Amino acid sequence: MQPLLEMRSITKTFPGVKALDTVNLTVMPGEIHALVGENGAGKSTLMKVLSGVYPAGSYEGEIHYDGKIAEFRTIRDSESVGIIIIHQELALVPLLSIAENLFLGNERAGKGVIDWHETFAQTEKHLARVGLAEPPSRLVGKIGVGKQQLVEIAKALAKDVRLLILDEPTAALQENDSQKLLDLLLELKSHGVTSIIISHKLNEVRRVADRVTVIRDGTAVSTMDARAEPISEERIIRDMVGRDMAHRYPERERKIGPVLMEVKGWNAWHPEQTERQVIKDVNFNVRAGEIVGIAGLMGSGRTELAMSIFGRSYGRNISGSVMMNGKPVDVSSVKSAVGSGLAYVTEDRKELGLILEEPISRNISLANLEGISSGGVLNKAEEQQVAERYRKAMRIRTPGVYQKVMNLSGGNQQKVVLSKWLFADPQVLILDEPTRGIDVGAKFEIYGIMNDLVAQGRGVVMISSEMPELLGMCDRIYVMNEGRLVGELAASEASQERIMAHILRN
Amino acid sequence: MANTTEPGTAPARKGVLAYLGSHLREYGMLLALLAIMIFFQIVTSGTLLKPVNITNLFLQNSYIIIMALGMLLVIVAGHIDLSVGSVAAFVGAISAVLTVNVGLPVFVVIPLCIVAGMLIGAAQGYWIAYWRIPSFIVTLAGMLVFRGLTLWLLGGQNIGPFPKSFQSLSTGFVPDIFGIDKPNLTAIVLVGAAAAALVWLAVRARQRNAAYGIQQEPGAMFWVRNAVIAGALIFVGVQLAYFRGLPNVLIVMSVLIVAYAFFTENTVMGRRIYAIGGNLKASRLSGINADRLTFLTFVNMGALAALAGMIVTARLNSATPKAGVGFELDVIAAVFIGGASMSGGVGKIVGVVVGAFIMGVMNNGMSIMGIGIDYQQVIKGLVLLAAVIFDVYNKSKQG
Repeated sequence: MQPLLEMRSITKTFPGVKALDTVNLTVMPGEIHALVGENGAGKSTLMKVLSGVYPAGSYEGEIHYDGKIAEFRTIRDSESVGIIIIHQELALVPLLSIAENLFLGNERAGKGVIDWHETFAQTEKHLARVGLAEPPSRLVGKIGVGKQQLVEIAKALAKDVRLLILDEPTAALQENDSQKLLDLLLELKSHGVTSIIISHKLNEVRRVADRVTVIRDGTAVSTMDARAEPISEERIIRDMVGRDMAHRYPERERKIGPVLMEVKGWNAWHPEQTERQVIKDVNFNVRAGEIVGIAGLMGSGRTELAMSIFGRSYGRNISGSVMMNGKPVDVSSVKSAVGSGLAYVTEDRKELGLILEEPISRNISLANLEGISSGGVLNKAEEQQVAERYRKAMRIRTPGVYQKVMNLSGGNQQKVVLSKWLFADPQVLILDEPTRGIDVGAKFEIYGIMNDLVAQGRGVVMISSEMPELLGMCDRIYVMNEGRLVGELAASEASQERIMAHILRN
Repeated sequence: MANTTEPGTAPARKGVLAYLGSHLREYGMLLALLAIMIFFQIVTSGTLLKPVNITNLFLQNSYIIIMALGMLLVIVAGHIDLSVGSVAAFVGAISAVLTVNVGLPVFVVIPLCIVAGMLIGAAQGYWIAYWRIPSFIVTLAGMLVFRGLTLWLLGGQNIGPFPKSFQSLSTGFVPDIFGIDKPNLTAIVLVGAAAAALVWLAVRARQRNAAYGIQQEPGAMFWVRNAVIAGALIFVGVQLAYFRGLPNVLIVMSVLIVAYAFFTENTVMGRRIYAIGGNLKASRLSGINADRLTFLTFVNMGALAALAGMIVTARLNSATPKAGVGFELDVIAAVFIGGASMSGGVGKIVGVVVGAFIMGVMNNGMSIMGIGIDYQQVIKGLVLLAAVIFDVYNKSKQG
């Protein structure tokens, strides 16, 4: 059989960096081909070469598509032959309807006048194919991320897609939406659509992929066939990081002390929908030297719980009490919460955690400017030293602390956020999805940092949607569902099945 | 993951040229100012840098610079203030009524007017900070309201003249304590001391940075830059000394520039203003009271607009309903030419001062050449556009 796509010895160089080094990739018609690798390994660059974002001539090597040499100069060129990319950040306009989004840039029109009949009829047809039961006139901003992802796929179908490329399609989706999406991919495959899927979630890769190509440091290290026999996750990880990862979670000596923080009778209401109670009578505690997990589906209220505790940053009519070392403390503003020994590392680093335009040093000092100043005047030399200290301790990979954080990789950005909060010297840290969007190697380092934190006698609350990570790291796991804590499990008795059982039972 | 270095900042290249290349923005505007001054010096056959004209340059631009200092903070915090021209006119009118009609002495009028400016700033800042009404809207309203109030207060007429004491706010000069009068030795000594202090501070900072191993500009660059700055200061001082000495307003302006430069770069509060402009949500979650800071930047803006309003009034020796029309645009242009970012979080006091002088020298030079107001506007507009394009281009090049 002739391959649909063959990329032959693709080399792409940026000034000073070889992003891709003689990469070969072959995709057969009708297969789902998974592309895996650490962040920055070159997966996205390869796909940008394929789709014409980097035009022909700006790289070395050849692309053969459908048996012919292809030279794409723009995205339009690649789309015209049916290669469609769906990026991680969805390219939909929230204030336009589903139908309008579906044909954006591809309008059903004659002489510049849109044919709405045709538009809506076609939209209905494509929505049915992806199994989305929403009226075409609905605004995209009003539907959830999972459904938006389906709209993106319908949009690709409207362009007669032959090779569909999905960049981390399930990163922002919760479990059941992810499952639906993967099912849809399998169904499209049965109708002859070929896909390339970039993903960090190895269980999903194993579920749908016919073949898997691992990219590491700009080279394709291996291609494995999953049809003959299943590929083990260990094998993929070994190829991704270039070493064995027998222990995905670093070892820790557990020394658990007295209760550090205790939250009692915590309630919070939705900021706009005043009758909706988001957090319902939550009680929990954290001990010194303990990592406590909070498991739950997306939308179960975990982030809302954390943010409402941390200086009432979310919600209204908040009630309940927080005790630190047995004494009630004031957490009514972020400032007083920090002063009480609390820190909250947000889920969304770029939006809520960092000032991307500013250097590492200024980001690290932000939550504790008092610590590098006297009488309101900054000591910049001290700031520099503090940043240096954390750069070394956290192993932030950067040429220097004057580097803007926007130039750092996700894992290193996360280390900057952690440094910021460590410099504020909290007793309890709430980490919200601390390893989201971070590659395997950096995850391991973040886990190590968490272990160091509790070894210093601090307490850590870890919110995560990845159950294996919770099971691997936590001493105790609370299960949250619909604003309530519905279960508490010791590490020894916890399992994915039990956590799910707690969620489902309520 | 190894790819965290920006392309083009390879540490191997360390020459002066390479450094200039990577810091083009910072030196670019200074070089542009220099080029513009040389150009006008030639085409006006030396009139630009004559003692009387240098004095004029300061008198004409002082109030723009003073307001631009406050505007930088407003813009860095992620806002804009369109009302400064109207506020300056309104406070000017208040000062006229208090001085000329009521007969209050100048040392009472000045603080009263500054307080009035702060109250106006507070009134606008309240809606912006605590009600989250866009600053563009609030200050656009303020622009209309305070222009109207100016007309109302003046009854559509000019009020003046002012007593000498009030006029000296703008047209007064520091007396020569050595009594020689021409050249004014006080001016030369003061400016010389200022130049020496600047160089000394720069050298000290450089030594301290070196001790901490912080990346610095190459030595040659450092000395050339400081020599040029000190030389320019002394040249200006000597020129001024041959006219009437240091204008009072130059002293006020210099003190404010130094104070605001220190505030923005070396204080906790200044740093926090940059933080809220850079990422408001992240700043809030880092324990920064963003609302209060936003409010205070507008109070500060009001105070500086009031001061500028009094200086303008003193210079014209009368309060007029048309005073300060279009000032807000000159002020905002100076801030953006000086490298501030429309989206907040970026901008420096030094840049603003250079930006204001670029506009000021062009105004002055073109007027001496007799270029009509029509062409002047076109040229100024194009310079603003060019400066911002240069900025954006530089940024995209860095990636």
